[in-house]
Amino acid sequence: MTPLSLHTADIAWAGILLLIDGALSVWLRLRFHRALAIATLRMVLQLVAVGYLLRYVFAGHSPWLTAAILLAMSLVAVREVAVRPSRRLRGGNARVALPNVVGVVLLTTAFALMTAIRPEPWYDPRYAIPLVGILLGSILNAGSIALSGVLDNVTLRREGIEAQLMLGRSFREATAPLVTRAVRSAMVPVINQMAAAGVITLPGTMTGQMLAGADPVNAVKYQILLLILLAGSSCLTAVGTAFLAISHLTDERQRLRLDRLR
Amino acid sequence: MSLDVQALRSSLAGPFDFHVPSGRCLAITGPSGSGKSLLLRMLADLDPCEGRVSLDAEDRATMSPTTWRRRVALLPARSGWWADRVDEHFASRQADERGALARDMLLADRLFDQPVDETSTGERQRLALIRALLTRPKVVLLDEPTASLDATATLAVEAVLRCRMQEGLIVVLVTHDAAQADRLGDDALVMRNGTLVRP
Repeated sequence: MTPLSLHTADIAWAGILLLIDGALSVWLRLRFHRALAIATLRMVLQLVAVGYLLRYVFAGHSPWLTAAILLAMSLVAVREVAVRPSRRLRGGNARVALPNVVGVVLLTTAFALMTAIRPEPWYDPRYAIPLVGILLGSILNAGSIALSGVLDNVTLRREGIEAQLMLGRSFREATAPLVTRAVRSAMVPVINQMAAAGVITLPGTMTGQMLAGADPVNAVKYQILLLILLAGSSCLTAVGTAFLAISHLTDERQRLRLDRLR
Repeated sequence: MSLDVQALRSSLAGPFDFHVPSGRCLAITGPSGSGKSLLLRMLADLDPCEGRVSLDAEDRATMSPTTWRRRVALLPARSGWWADRVDEHFASRQADERGALARDMLLADRLFDQPVDETSTGERQRLALIRALLTRPKVVLLDEPTASLDATATLAVEAVLRCRMQEGLIVVLVTHDAAQADRLGDDALVMRNGTLVRP
């Protein structure tokens, strides 16, 4: 099956839906039409720009350009993870977000490219960049939920944590309920995504491949691989983020150091 | 056995120097915000501090923090809980002993089956004291342990403490209740602006 190529006029037809949304907003005084217009414009400009950029990068096969793009994407994700919690570690939340986001995305991407996908060369940007893009979305979710789960709740749980310390428990034991809750919360989105895949939702990658003309069974294989990678990277990020965050809130005498939190 | 404190200080309070022998109670009174609770937290090794604290001539710095906190138990004014139900905070093998302590402190056995949220502040204070005593500490640091109790329950708690003191327990008691300081305290100090003075 050959993919049906889309022309600008074809996309303009879909734009009619947005015009209807805008008209509803004006008619019912919902006042979201301005935000919708700006978001639509941003979305189109961003995607067109990234489309041309990726076309250029894919044609070049330059490992340095690929690495630079991956680094830029990862740093934006690090920033998003770091700013999401309402509390800040002294020295900044990036101390936790940077090693986890960058470490996990590098590890998972290299693992997938060298074992399951095996493009030639292994860093082929046509595979590496979309893969990192998808993984970062999941890593960002897991990292920010885990970090918020620890930093935003540790003050509320202070009395319970210190009560356990006073019974002679280690800091790790005393903070285990908090860390466990943070990791479990961070895993909810990817677990829901896997549970719903194919029944409640048709995941984006698989749908995109089928719309582009791919065989559904082949598309499903890619989707299964991606969901496994997403679950694996989410778990590594959630566990690494929660443990690293709580480790910044103690000292050599296993005290709870909330003075290290702003 | 004794608790010895020498030049204990933090950026907010101290220096503190005192000595409490085995089986005795040091009662500390003083206005709110003067540093009484800070002193107890420093003794429990919950806040960073300088100076020397030793138990039976064994320096705290030479012990692991978990060992120290098993020997020196702090009961803050607001007790801490980390699970939903009361009995999840107690080891099941200690059910008999905890039941006996609960009866001595005028608490019903059924409390252990209840959610923590459904107990009163006074019940939680006594339950937290039972939880601490079950670990058989050598020192208890009590911050207003009977602030939410009526006169009868207060005397019951004091009787339990007195009984443990006869077995050698060292008590450092922070209270606003001068009568309680007189009843329990073998020695009394007053906290003023972060330092301890004789009354």
